[in-house]
Amino acid sequence: MTASTVVDLARIQFATTSIYHFLFVPLTLGLGPLVAIMQTLWYRSGDEAWLRLTRFFGPLFLINFAIGVATGLVQEFEFGMNWSVYSTFVGNVFGAPLAIEGLAAFMLESTFLGLWIFGWNRLSPRIHLATLWIAVAGTWMSGYFILVANSWMQHPVGYKVVNGEAQLTSVWALLSNDFALRAYVHTMLAGLIFGSIVMLGVCCWHFLRGNETEMFLMAAKLALIVAVPVTLLQLVVGNRFGAAVTSQQSMKIAASEAQWNTCQPCGFSMFQIGGFTKDDPTPSLSITIPRLLSYMATGSFSGEVQGLNQLQVQEERDYGRGTNYMPNIRVTYWSMRVMAYAGMLMFLVAALGGWLYWRRKLAAARWFHWAAIASIPLPYIAATAGWLLTEMGRQPWIVQGLLLTSKANSPSVSTTWLGISLAVFISLYIVLGTVDFVLMRRYANPRQPVRREELPAPVQTY
Amino acid sequence: MNLQIFWFCLIAFLWAGYLVLEGFDFGVGMLLPFLARDERERSVMFGTIGPVWDGNEVWLVVAGGATFAAFPAWYGSMFSGFYLALLLILFFLIVRVVSFEWREKSESPRARRIWLLANAGGSTGIALIWGIGLSNLLHGVPLGSDGSYTGDFWDLFAGYTILGGIAFVLLFAFHGAAFLTLRTTGDLCRRAQAAARRLAIPAVAVVAGYAIWTVAVAVDRNDKDVFPPVLGAVITIAAIAAAAILVYAGRSGLAFALSALGTLSLVATLFTSLYPRVMVSSPDFGNSLTVSGAASAHYTLAVMTVVALIVTPVVLLYQGWTYYVFRARVTGEETGSPAELLPTGTDQPRGPQATT
Repeated sequence: MTASTVVDLARIQFATTSIYHFLFVPLTLGLGPLVAIMQTLWYRSGDEAWLRLTRFFGPLFLINFAIGVATGLVQEFEFGMNWSVYSTFVGNVFGAPLAIEGLAAFMLESTFLGLWIFGWNRLSPRIHLATLWIAVAGTWMSGYFILVANSWMQHPVGYKVVNGEAQLTSVWALLSNDFALRAYVHTMLAGLIFGSIVMLGVCCWHFLRGNETEMFLMAAKLALIVAVPVTLLQLVVGNRFGAAVTSQQSMKIAASEAQWNTCQPCGFSMFQIGGFTKDDPTPSLSITIPRLLSYMATGSFSGEVQGLNQLQVQEERDYGRGTNYMPNIRVTYWSMRVMAYAGMLMFLVAALGGWLYWRRKLAAARWFHWAAIASIPLPYIAATAGWLLTEMGRQPWIVQGLLLTSKANSPSVSTTWLGISLAVFISLYIVLGTVDFVLMRRYANPRQPVRREELPAPVQTY
Repeated sequence: MNLQIFWFCLIAFLWAGYLVLEGFDFGVGMLLPFLARDERERSVMFGTIGPVWDGNEVWLVVAGGATFAAFPAWYGSMFSGFYLALLLILFFLIVRVVSFEWREKSESPRARRIWLLANAGGSTGIALIWGIGLSNLLHGVPLGSDGSYTGDFWDLFAGYTILGGIAFVLLFAFHGAAFLTLRTTGDLCRRAQAAARRLAIPAVAVVAGYAIWTVAVAVDRNDKDVFPPVLGAVITIAAIAAAAILVYAGRSGLAFALSALGTLSLVATLFTSLYPRVMVSSPDFGNSLTVSGAASAHYTLAVMTVVALIVTPVVLLYQGWTYYVFRARVTGEETGSPAELLPTGTDQPRGPQATT
């Protein structure tokens, strides 16, 4: 049993549980406002179809929310369980947004979601609608505080280190960390993409079966109104976020481009084979777009981007020799591309859908229905790749420039304990994932249509 | 008031809130396999806690987050030290969380049965382990000079801590039964009342034994005087005993209020016994973590105090309002019932037109 095994196991566990958690969170973030919009449209127009859509997409939102809550608890406990040195080091700063998230945001979403689920008949329609919007606001606030905490690990601000502990010096600096604001916009847009792409896919599934076409066309229109601009905007925001990271975490960007040496101007590698290790820095095959990386990283087509080797020298000067300050190049390179390409694909699907809808061909374009259904995994792939890039790109640091991951684990936790917990989480998560998938599928299934007689009769009296 | 002490008290308050609130929904969960005779009654039992359990559970999330922010060293030592116990808690919490939503959405009786048992098992397991875990803070665990846990899993089990676990289970089962008598009707309500009566005496006996032992442990292992811990213990015993008597007298409402008070004062007794330490070290008492030693710097505590003072009253208001909204007894025939989001004929939410 060596120290590095313990750290590796703890990292695998954190990666597994947090990636898994984030498969459910963004769909909640995105589907929440969409369901709330549908209920609002029903409330304002009295059109029964919107109520039926609310009652159709509502369960998908809730099944997903339940598992997000359950796996979120693991995340909170895991900091203390596996990373006690980290927890003690950062608690002063990192703990604050986490505690505020629980008290101010999570409390709100949990309580008001309960009111929404059970309040259909006990609350007036206006108040009932408000409970959903408040719950949705809670989920969006929750995301903000969590990203403030995470962004502090990427780009620490508003702190000083006293007696080996980071202490908060300015809560405003922490809350307005520009890394956090960018990450927040990026993540919330990702949530909306999740919600709208999944919704579009489900609608298309129903078009294929010819089930309630008119009603699902309304939902598809809503999904497209969100998906088209948001997927496009996300490409811009993602790109600008990358440029900001270049100055704050230069190593992460150099690694995600497998850029071994400083270049000016720099081409963007679209695809390459080889070139991912120090011994093999030149790819045997690569497709590169000249000057594009310079533009993406610096905003100028002739900008300079620092290379891994030069950054290693610089970090050795700043933080001491004997540590490899480069993250895993292959993983960061590919996760960045998978994320970006999936993002572009989603824009393409959304734009095509928008065009078809405009030409009134959406309900009949069977090829597109298949394409939209096949696109449902795309946001999941993009989000997972995005977090891999964010978190693995920060290595070897757990808090950029302040604490190394290899020194942050719990000294009292052995490989046996870690092995047991990893096995428990993985088996439990497989079961949860399977049940979740089965239930989501059943509730989204065209063969179980929203039957009119099963619906509440909202328009009973005048 | 010293902010460190304020945060110690606030965390005690969060634990108390968590255990009083989730205590009754744990109790309802534990009683699920015993009280409900058919599917409708099972749904009724789930329905009594359906709208509120999630909000109740957040109190734990907040207690954890507050400990992380206000006492990072305590959070680190406790969570890494109680590793396998917390892993079990997470396991039970997760199956319990999903059981609520997924039972409703499962069609086969077998799947519904499995989720019901998951809820019951989870509720019992969580109560048991928190009882053992919180008792260990006071009873003492082996800590190194850096405050990190040096024991193993079995060090968490001692007579006192196991009694703590049993006391939590019995107390919450009783608390949950009292809650059910308030929120159900007819036959199920009568059975809940019978269960409360049957649980009353064992609950009083074990909780009283645990409360007294807590005072003894505080004196013996945490260098405390008998007073003030004994005050909390007396209030706890009096409240639970009174709740038991009231259950026999058929005064459900007051009985439930007193079992809540008993739970609250039991937590208060524990934390009073613990102060000025947050985690007692045994055998090396000198390595114990103290409130001042584990606390965050003043600035963090000050910021969080402002947030807590503004937000906590609002939380109490809207959670209180939730209980008001769902104050009616659950009969199983109400409209707009739980997760019946594709509801059957009887479910008729009022449309906007209906109100105009």
